[in-house]
Amino acid sequence: MSIKKFAVAVFDDEAVLFPAVKKVRSAGYKIHDVYTPFAVHGLDEALGEKESDLHIAGFIYGITGTSTALGFMGWIFTTDWPQNFGGKPMFPLPAFIPITFELTVLFAAVGMVLTFCYLNQIMPGVKKHIFHPRQTDDKFVMVIEVNDTNASETEMFLKSTGAEETNIQVAESDWWYGRFDKKEDYEIQQQLA
Amino acid sequence: MHLKYESTIREALVDGSKNYHQITEDICAPIENKPTKLWTMGFWLSFSLLMFGVFSVTWEVYWGTGVWNLNRTIGWGWDITNFVWWVGIGHAGTLISAILLLFRQGWRTGVNRAAEAMTIFAVMCAGQFPIWHMGRVWDAFFVLPYGNTRGPLWPNFISPLLWDVFAISTYFTVSLLFWYSGLIPDFATLRDRAKTKFRKMAYGYASFGWAGSAKHWQRHEMLSLVLAGLSTPLVLSVHTIVSFDFATSIVPGWHTTIFPPYFVAGAVFSGFAMVQTLLVITRKVLNLQEYITIGHIEAMNKVIVLTGSIVGVAYLTELFIAYYSGVLWEQEAFRLRVMGPYWWAYWAMMTCNVVSPQLFWFKKLRRNVWFTFFMSIIVNIGMWFERFVIIMSLHRDYLPSSWSYYTPSWPEVGFYLGSFGLFFTCYFLFAKYFPVIAIAEIKFILKTSGQNFKDKMHPIEEKSDEHFLEEQLHHH
Repeated sequence: MSIKKFAVAVFDDEAVLFPAVKKVRSAGYKIHDVYTPFAVHGLDEALGEKESDLHIAGFIYGITGTSTALGFMGWIFTTDWPQNFGGKPMFPLPAFIPITFELTVLFAAVGMVLTFCYLNQIMPGVKKHIFHPRQTDDKFVMVIEVNDTNASETEMFLKSTGAEETNIQVAESDWWYGRFDKKEDYEIQQQLA
Repeated sequence: MHLKYESTIREALVDGSKNYHQITEDICAPIENKPTKLWTMGFWLSFSLLMFGVFSVTWEVYWGTGVWNLNRTIGWGWDITNFVWWVGIGHAGTLISAILLLFRQGWRTGVNRAAEAMTIFAVMCAGQFPIWHMGRVWDAFFVLPYGNTRGPLWPNFISPLLWDVFAISTYFTVSLLFWYSGLIPDFATLRDRAKTKFRKMAYGYASFGWAGSAKHWQRHEMLSLVLAGLSTPLVLSVHTIVSFDFATSIVPGWHTTIFPPYFVAGAVFSGFAMVQTLLVITRKVLNLQEYITIGHIEAMNKVIVLTGSIVGVAYLTELFIAYYSGVLWEQEAFRLRVMGPYWWAYWAMMTCNVVSPQLFWFKKLRRNVWFTFFMSIIVNIGMWFERFVIIMSLHRDYLPSSWSYYTPSWPEVGFYLGSFGLFFTCYFLFAKYFPVIAIAEIKFILKTSGQNFKDKMHPIEEKSDEHFLEEQLHHH
């Protein structure tokens, strides 16, 4: 938990956002984050984010599911409670396929969603600072961390990149446990000041 | 940035002049406004049906499955018919959300949210039937492989009925996760728009604290893609496994290798019909005709005529193979289907599933909302009869003295009506409190497929190819 100061630029359209991201990055500013109402393709690349490895995690979970199903059923049928069904093999692999497949998918899907939530640090009860109330509606919000000396200069620069609105906000940079219908202490203090 | 050009020959997926904010307004409006009279009436009607279903099931649990008209010859009746029917309906949702995502079909974005919701509710309804058919339902957990005090005695992992347990529960879980991961950003939209404290809190919890960070969106895209990749074989496996319930038995008329593909095609067929039934009403009541356009309805009708024809080919193949096999019992089973005591069910199935969907070859009819609605009901009736016909193959076994006839008792009918109650109660709640259309996904396709953006494509199309290519290369 740390409260920091941010220069915030609000853009109207992704077509304005892309050149702005380019300008800001080449001017040497470090972008804290960009918030968009939908997945803008190519934005991750423009921000220099590397590709997500989530699919690799999914593969590992899937393999875990496969081996769990095969191992468990194999152990039961050959070791724990061997039974002879009409002279069929003790390890009837074809008959194990349906459950093995289902568990592979189940493990991969559940594991990936949990990993997704963990990596993004999202879950019910988690709260994050919303820089602009319409960043989940139609605005594209770029946020740069600043200090007292470069705040106004950064804001000026952001304005020049085509932002329709800029401001300086003091905000919690991380997530915390909270409710969206309640104002946080630092927000109230800011309003008083 | 990806190419913002799409041929004007392709029909617009969002009609009217829209921008990002207008999309949010349109889709959030039904949630933020007071429920209409129609909604309230529909909800309470569904809820009372549900209560009647609860009463019928309670009756069955109290007196035992004997209150159903099943007997030694016909051990499966309406319950399993309804189970297969509901599971099948669920399949369209996954097909739209997963398979069409992999095929990059833009039109899925208008209908995927509601279709996935339908999947989840349909699977919930389906699950009720085998569970309550167990009779001693308090022992239902015996199907789970847990270290019990009986040895431990494990469930039979090589029984198709246990495969069903795994298939249906996996299907339900994965569909729910897929659906909910798509809902998270839309709940965040609702949260940030909320005027009342309660809404802010509730949608705040529901949105998991989503803020829309670029990195999070990147992971979200990856998650959707992989879940779609997982759901695609999953949806095919589920109805395959359901068909194994029949196909791995040695009952004449059931023991056929055609069952898995034929069941999957039938499932998609009935599922799309149910999507049509729901969306034709939803788009009208919630005023979303610009997002679920006639083009969407036509696209789904094309799927209906395709899968209906596949199902028709399967019916004819079945008949031919029964004749060609030279197996007396198999031939007799099919003769009885066509002209036995249940001939009326067979011909209802044939008319509804094979003959009438062929009318969708006419473009005028495909694009007619009333006709589509009427046909969607017909198809669902037909697909119910398909399962009934298959299961009623039981009515004559090898011993003429046990030949029997079956009609449902009132608790069976009540149970079926109750499943409609459950389905529509859930759907009404969904339509009121959840965004019926994936807001973020529609915004994503707006600039390529929105009507007002498509109109701007004309000047691009007038340019020469070389000029266009050069511009695109320069842009990157």
